Amino acid sequence: MDDFGSAALRRLLDGLPDAVLATHAQHGDATAIVAPARVVEVLRFLRDAPGLEFDVLSDLCAVDYLRYPDREGPRFEVVYHLLSTRHLHRLRVKAGVPEVPAQIDSCVDVWPAADWMEREVFDLYGIRFRNHPDLRRLLLYEEFEGHPLRKDYPKERRQPLVGPRN
Amino acid sequence: MAHGRSLDDAAAPDLHSEHQILNMGPSHPATHGTVKFLIELDGETIVDLDIQVGYLHRGFEKECESGTWYQAIPYTDRLNYNSAILANIGYCLAVEKLLAIETPERCQWLRTMSGELARLADHLTRCGAACLELAAMTPFLYGIEARELAWDLCETLCGARVTSNYVRIGGVKHDMPDAFPDLARRNIARIRELLRDYESVVTQNRLFVDRLRGTGVLSKEDLIRYAVTGPLLRAAGVPLDLRKDQPYLKYAEVDFDVPVGEVGDNYDRYLVCVEEMQQSLRIVEQCVAALEKLGPGPVNVDDPRVRWPAKGRVFNKMEELIQQFKAVTEGPMVPPGEAYQAIESANGELGFYLVSDGTAQPWKVRCRPPSLINLQPMPIMLRGAMLADLIPTFDFINMIGGECDR
Repeated sequence: MDDFGSAALRRLLDGLPDAVLATHAQHGDATAIVAPARVVEVLRFLRDAPGLEFDVLSDLCAVDYLRYPDREGPRFEVVYHLLSTRHLHRLRVKAGVPEVPAQIDSCVDVWPAADWMEREVFDLYGIRFRNHPDLRRLLLYEEFEGHPLRKDYPKERRQPLVGPRN
Repeated sequence: MAHGRSLDDAAAPDLHSEHQILNMGPSHPATHGTVKFLIELDGETIVDLDIQVGYLHRGFEKECESGTWYQAIPYTDRLNYNSAILANIGYCLAVEKLLAIETPERCQWLRTMSGELARLADHLTRCGAACLELAAMTPFLYGIEARELAWDLCETLCGARVTSNYVRIGGVKHDMPDAFPDLARRNIARIRELLRDYESVVTQNRLFVDRLRGTGVLSKEDLIRYAVTGPLLRAAGVPLDLRKDQPYLKYAEVDFDVPVGEVGDNYDRYLVCVEEMQQSLRIVEQCVAALEKLGPGPVNVDDPRVRWPAKGRVFNKMEELIQQFKAVTEGPMVPPGEAYQAIESANGELGFYLVSDGTAQPWKVRCRPPSLINLQPMPIMLRGAMLADLIPTFDFINMIGGECDR
């Protein structure tokens, strides 16, 4: 991990010590695993803290760790990739989400960019984002049954045919 | 409008003033890309806009998660099919990050060069098609002729014009043929002529400029809040270019400029793209020269985890035979972990977030699609604008369905 990455993690640990569960820097990517209930607070802190200024939410996605070898903890993880256009550095923030209830707070208030990204995660993983202004499917259609990127969704599963709408 | 006593007052109650909902797409001749707009119109003014994406969704991530690490590469071709090699490069760099592999120098030059050819083809399509959709056929043909020449180079290099499948984990498919440098110089000279012709009919053309200037504007603060990257962001004056700011491959060693605009309207976006094409040509020339200077050498990493042993050894040595058998039947094993790698694609930050569980099958292949993310603030760019402004704005957002919908 480069200096900025470790400094950013230290700043986060100093600022919100009880929100951060763990940190690592695998392959040089500075990463903070945070308490899911505090995730919006963490993201807002990272966006606004002088010297960090992670102003871009580069990416938001989820991972399903169902039956992942030697892993304990919640089934899903929501992963945020942040970029600071001022310091040209990145940070990854992860928050665990249980299978039931599969939900976490929305960060649309922090970055409007999260709107479609959260809709996509809801669409493909069935994770609900609390306080999202318009949580509906993004890529698939309303009548689609299930959430295809969940590991227990078989690739071959067929979907009901839907006639034209309007 | 209607002030005082005028005919307007008398006529107003009879005027049809309800907002009209207009369906545009999913297949519309003035948009390249399968996408549906639900447009709320007040006369010809756009009141609101809902964008419905997903028509080209084919389960890219699910497919990648059910094959081997290698089998995902052809799928990445089909993300942004205008610049397939860039997606190849992004994915392979991410896998190499997980494997902690450093590719040979020659390979890095070849990747830089082929990536710039892809960027050139992408920008030519964007600028050419924008003219076509604004009813100008001639400049489109100049652009497409230039793109053919760029694709000729791709074909000479990797055997395919569009979905090139050129990059491999730890290398590239093969080195450039001996005839490539001369062909590259010839084609680049011709592409420069075509770009000059193209610009001479478009850049100062009143009709074209009037359609672009002042339309689709979004401030740089808003662009950043919406995570927009690439030429759209640079046109608004933010010089963010990952090739310069977080250099990968050989971008730190080549000489090129990052053009930026001022106001961030469609005309600035056009100017940025046109200049980026010139810069891409410069980079390709430098790469060709560097490759010639470098001389023959390996283009693949010498690592048995990802590359097959030489055929001669497979036929004559037991270990290599076993190694090839395992490489073919199982595919490379990638150590457990996660990595995010972003590159500057033609549309902006193209990122791959990979998670491995240590097997030959990816656990997660997330593609961060610039097309989707750049499209999101389009309603804000267009509220209060004329319906006709939608066309150039959508053109310069350059949403590519394959990458947007995955």
